[in-house]
Amino acid sequence: MSNTLVSSPPASPRVALFVTCLVDAMRPSVGFAALKLLQDAGCRVEVPMQQTCCGQPAFNSGDTKDTAVLARRFIEQFEPYDYVVAPSGSCAGMTRAHYPEALADDPRWAERARKLGARTFELMSFLVDVMHYKPAGVTFPATATYHDSCSGLRELGVFDQPRALLGEVGGLTMKPLEGNDVCCGFGGTFCVKYPAISNAVVSEKAAAIERTGAQVLLGGDMGCLMNMAGKLHRNGSPVLVYHAAEVLAGMADAPSISARSSDKG
Amino acid sequence: MQTSVISFKARADAALADPTLKLAIDRTTGTAERKRAAALVDFPQFEAARERGKRIKDHVIEHLDHYLLEFERNAIASGAKVHWASSADEASRIVVDLCRQAKAKRVTRVKSMLGEEIGLPHALDAAGFERFETDLAEHIVQLAGDRPSHIVWPSMHRTREQVSVMFKKAHRVPHKDETIEAMVDSARRELRDKFLSADVSISGANFLIADTGATCTVTNEGNAELTTSPPRMHIVTAGIEKLVPSLPHAFALLRLLVRSATGADVTQYTTFHCGPKKTGDLDGPEEFHIVLVDNGRTKMLADTGLRDMLRCLRCGACMNHCVVFKQLGGHAYGGVYPGPMGAVLTPVFGGLKESRELSHACTLNGKCQEVCPVDIPLPTLMRGWRDRSWREGLEPSSMRFGMGIFTFVASRPWIYRLGATVAVRMMRLFGRGGWIRGMPGLGPWTAHRDFPVPSGRTFMARYASGEGRQK
Repeated sequence: MSNTLVSSPPASPRVALFVTCLVDAMRPSVGFAALKLLQDAGCRVEVPMQQTCCGQPAFNSGDTKDTAVLARRFIEQFEPYDYVVAPSGSCAGMTRAHYPEALADDPRWAERARKLGARTFELMSFLVDVMHYKPAGVTFPATATYHDSCSGLRELGVFDQPRALLGEVGGLTMKPLEGNDVCCGFGGTFCVKYPAISNAVVSEKAAAIERTGAQVLLGGDMGCLMNMAGKLHRNGSPVLVYHAAEVLAGMADAPSISARSSDKG
Repeated sequence: MQTSVISFKARADAALADPTLKLAIDRTTGTAERKRAAALVDFPQFEAARERGKRIKDHVIEHLDHYLLEFERNAIASGAKVHWASSADEASRIVVDLCRQAKAKRVTRVKSMLGEEIGLPHALDAAGFERFETDLAEHIVQLAGDRPSHIVWPSMHRTREQVSVMFKKAHRVPHKDETIEAMVDSARRELRDKFLSADVSISGANFLIADTGATCTVTNEGNAELTTSPPRMHIVTAGIEKLVPSLPHAFALLRLLVRSATGADVTQYTTFHCGPKKTGDLDGPEEFHIVLVDNGRTKMLADTGLRDMLRCLRCGACMNHCVVFKQLGGHAYGGVYPGPMGAVLTPVFGGLKESRELSHACTLNGKCQEVCPVDIPLPTLMRGWRDRSWREGLEPSSMRFGMGIFTFVASRPWIYRLGATVAVRMMRLFGRGGWIRGMPGLGPWTAHRDFPVPSGRTFMARYASGEGRQK
């Protein structure tokens, strides 16, 4: 592949990292954490340089035609790899669960979508279910709570995997979050189409997070994390917010999503 | 069925601004959620039962013509008269005409969402009948002159404190103690003579049993039995999707329905009506009519994007677990059916143009499908309405234009990278201390929460310059 950059030696699965729009623009550290974790797990990780967006905003807006354009692009970009991994249940779920729907009018493409979907994973479920990976020597002395983002939970069955991985982190105490599987009110374009409803939902989520007494909120999807972090910060809460991959890769020394960030980079 | 002319957003804003409404919603949906969860712990076969329930409904929907005719045959044999209504108006007209034939003055009604769907309360009032709602919550709705806000708890939007005030004003011998028991007694005193003196009773049906021609109605108050026994005529109105082949199928679905709705194992009263009073019967109606209502159902049957919705048992679990419903309550949805199932059904009855917002006012989080006792893919069906709305040109032009630009950019990686870099720089200009409190284009977000400033160069730019490669 002339347009990709090989970043680890062979003799292990060839994995394409789908960075996702929000990680690319908002929080590259999550992408680098994903790279490191996949490399540590023994994968040859590549980042296809022509990748853009999976098309979920178009799909959820009802624009199936434009979704199909982006879905076909995505399939072409990622088809050559053994696996596709994204640090997001939402984006992985789009590819895995919804591409066949978006391409239903074209059986050949729908079939290609299904085949690629079967090899597409959310990061933490890939590490545990496919690579049987356990982080070693990682410490993060804090009490944390975990929000299960809806797409990962219900479309991909991501629930035990992040908990198993985080259980290996030294010094980390997990506290249960009441309503851990209740939507945070982000919902992609929902949060800007219906800001007042979204706010009412995330306000309840922020209150539940505060009630845990945890110092840190962890999750696996940037959209939800930004929504909850933004509300916690507006409320003046001291709770720090990280993507679980950052903690697992020992890269949570960067400023939290919700705390005052430095201007480096 | 009426669809409100006020916009969804205006109704939603009104609901969000009402703290008493929120208290009332939280009390009801909170209890419902807890009780359903407890019921599932005690019923480990739930998943298997759910799969079976889904298969029963799908089978009936697949062979609806067969079971409808079988039901009609057996109902007629039991002495019932069967009427067919293709629309809401036709169904209401049939009921009103039957009441007139019976020379009725006073009509009692058992709560039925189908009755609401076909606009029956309004039609009965307009025809000049003295209508009494006998379900406690519907009685509250009638006293208040408003509409049901939930399909299982129609007066969910009222707190008990508000109901107390209402009863004291309206009842002849109101309660003195501020207890729920005393308030229920007050309603009982008020309604008892209405039950006994009505000329016609009207109920819905949870199931229509094809091989016996019987109808099945479940309640927790016993009002269905008391309502339908004394009057001369009993009219059942039911949607044609309520059919089941035989009694065991009804019980299989009841196990799912009741646990999903109230968390109980079984309803307090499960009543079967099979024809009018027979020789030797002590009581029962002299005439028994069944009105089978289509009102869009055959259209849904023919539509692969909506057919799954015909499985719906009307348990309300989807709304009890919906983050949007729990903020707004039912009235904001503007139709008879609220919440996720309402967002799917309302456009069938009222037209997509008037209700396109309902399917958008959803985060597609999938909880509704997870709790649905017959596994209706509600998020997929809602997305289906969004797709239709887009294809029919009902979505705002700003959205269509924006999505076109977005796809153009996302199909061209170099423009996309440039766009991401520019966006990141812009956001960093507006950031203060790591956060953006306001920025053109981010208003809907920053009105309520802060937006984190991007941490620096994009991932793709950093990766392209060699970062993150394995050492």
